[in-house]
Amino acid sequence: MSAIDDLFGRLRAENQKAFIPFITAGDPNLAVTKAILEAFDAQGCHLAEIGLPYSDPIADGPTIQASYTRALADKIKVPDIFSMLSEVKSLSMPRVCMTSYSIVHRLGEQKFLEMSTTSGLAGAIIPDLPLEESPRFAGLCKEHDFSLIQLVTPMTPRDRALRIAENSSGFLYFVSVTGITGTRDSLPEDLLQNVAWMKEQTSLPVCVGFGISRPDHVRELRDVADGLIVGSGIVRHLESCDPANPEETIQKVSNYVGEMIAALK
Amino acid sequence: MSATSQVPDQHGRFGDFGGRYVPETLVHALEQLDLAYREAIRDADFLKTLDGLLKDYVGRPSPLYFAERLTEACGGAQIYLKREDLNHTGAHKINNTVGQALLTKRMGKQRVIAETGAGQHGVATATACARFGFECIVYMGEEDIRRQSLNVFNMKRMGAEVRPVTTGSRTLRDAVNEAMRDWMSSVQDTHYILGSVVGPHPFPAMVRDFQAVIGRETITQAEASFGKLPDTVVACVGGGSNAAGMFYPFVDHSEVELVGVEAGGRSNLLGDHAAPLTYGQPGVLHGSLSYVMQDEDGQTADVHSISAGLDYPGVGPEHSYWKQTGRVNYTSCSDKEALDAHGKLAQLEGILAAVESSHAIAKAMQIATERSPEEKVVVCLSGRGDKDVFEIARLLEEEI
Ligand SMILES: Cc1ncc(COP(=O)(O)O)c(C=O)c1O
Repeated sequence: MSAIDDLFGRLRAENQKAFIPFITAGDPNLAVTKAILEAFDAQGCHLAEIGLPYSDPIADGPTIQASYTRALADKIKVPDIFSMLSEVKSLSMPRVCMTSYSIVHRLGEQKFLEMSTTSGLAGAIIPDLPLEESPRFAGLCKEHDFSLIQLVTPMTPRDRALRIAENSSGFLYFVSVTGITGTRDSLPEDLLQNVAWMKEQTSLPVCVGFGISRPDHVRELRDVADGLIVGSGIVRHLESCDPANPEETIQKVSNYVGEMIAALK
Repeated sequence: MSATSQVPDQHGRFGDFGGRYVPETLVHALEQLDLAYREAIRDADFLKTLDGLLKDYVGRPSPLYFAERLTEACGGAQIYLKREDLNHTGAHKINNTVGQALLTKRMGKQRVIAETGAGQHGVATATACARFGFECIVYMGEEDIRRQSLNVFNMKRMGAEVRPVTTGSRTLRDAVNEAMRDWMSSVQDTHYILGSVVGPHPFPAMVRDFQAVIGRETITQAEASFGKLPDTVVACVGGGSNAAGMFYPFVDHSEVELVGVEAGGRSNLLGDHAAPLTYGQPGVLHGSLSYVMQDEDGQTADVHSISAGLDYPGVGPEHSYWKQTGRVNYTSCSDKEALDAHGKLAQLEGILAAVESSHAIAKAMQIATERSPEEKVVVCLSGRGDKDVFEIARLLEEEI
């Protein structure tokens, strides 16, 4: 049982849904990332996703790409990110990282897992490691009680979605749209139906992400999904962050997250 | 382990390399593409139409030309040029785009996207799209748009939209990222005509197969012209499509020496060249596992070459497999050597080669010099140099 299994077990017992914010590690620097993670926790976020910046993110839209570029401009290194994560181990919300397999491969799967677990991460989302490429790494993750969260998209045929669900751990990441990350005004019409179908097929929690950025999106989805993931909606607040005076940005992010969580209830 | 032509396997693996490291959104489309492709190449009508286009539209077969004065100047082995520069649009790229355009039609898609570096693949895609009546969008780095303005004009003239890419290093690698992002949202009605033997399965195998006409013709022409296979075959390697197309039919002829030439750039320091097989190590980029230039964190490193078409930090996975098995010898030559070879070929043979191809010419001249006059060296002259005139003129004035 990973910390994520515990979390959803509790939430289900209380008939509650998870709010899952995403933040890029190191945008504009790791001190700000740490402060934002603390603010997430203080606001009652249930789980946090920390993006390890990557130079060539093909699944990401302009907002997260720009955020990664800002983080990398400062020559941020993966070991520094893990050090920062070790300093927030006492937070009550579990943490997972989101990263490209390029980074995992370069570090080595075993070493990546060791660094992740040592710094208190409960799992990882690796969008460019689809089902066919993941068996070996998934096996290693299992040995470490580390969740490897797999993704299902609107383009995924249903029989494949079942196989992905069987091989996911922690939760299943249901991508709302056919496309890249980024805020959107409205969510696809058949999304609720598709999520409901997915939920009938699996006992894993099903969390929805991509495009969710407004309280009305949260209200639209809260009854059907087990959790909601918000990325670009948060990251865009960092565009105007002054690294010397980040307090205002941190407060804005914190307020935004507070509003989104309020809409869950 | 020795190399075989029976690759990739069903997962797109060439030995340890290749695969499909892409977001789930693209997996189903890649499976469908793989299926459509495998059906198409077993369909006699498809192959007949493709052959017809290659003959009457592209102008194949391209000649295998004996470069007599170049041979004399080197004073060793006989040098033959496989004249891909004489194809319609002036490079090998059209072999692939005509094939993939025909496949696009077969899949019932109407919109095509592509990335381009030197602009040769962009032009070849715009050309094929005009020929088939497809909407065409070409992603091109801002830096490359500056270096290759002639090709930009030609793409637009043929009705393509050229979208400048302003992220990252503003070159080929960033153009691939943008094309993939477009495809993430448009995959239902859009085909991505990838321009080299890179990317997720089935692209490396499919592009190689469409380019393999180069090597197949070379075998037939060599036998007709000097009654045996060449001793040595040389090609430049950017993503690796002209080299893969040239080498693949020779893979099982183990007596033929194969030499791939990467862009050595200004020096062997990281960031000064674009030679992952020479200086890089295995990593994941653009959907496959292959040699790549990365820093110690797995971030893609900047690369440099005078040639926009070789200015790419990765390389096709089959090349990594050929390197690992020792089937192909990979080496590099510098910006300066390539420029010198460009001048030599122009003055001795009256052929203005692309700077990409000039890398192969430079290495072939070195090899020929060391070999006996009975030996035959074939070089893939992958493209002509019209697109490079402004850049070469600028370099000659400023640096040489
Ligand atoms: C003439 C020519 N040769 C070679 C290349 C390099 O590509 P590849 O290695 O895929 O053949 C290019 C790319 O634009 C080109 O235009």
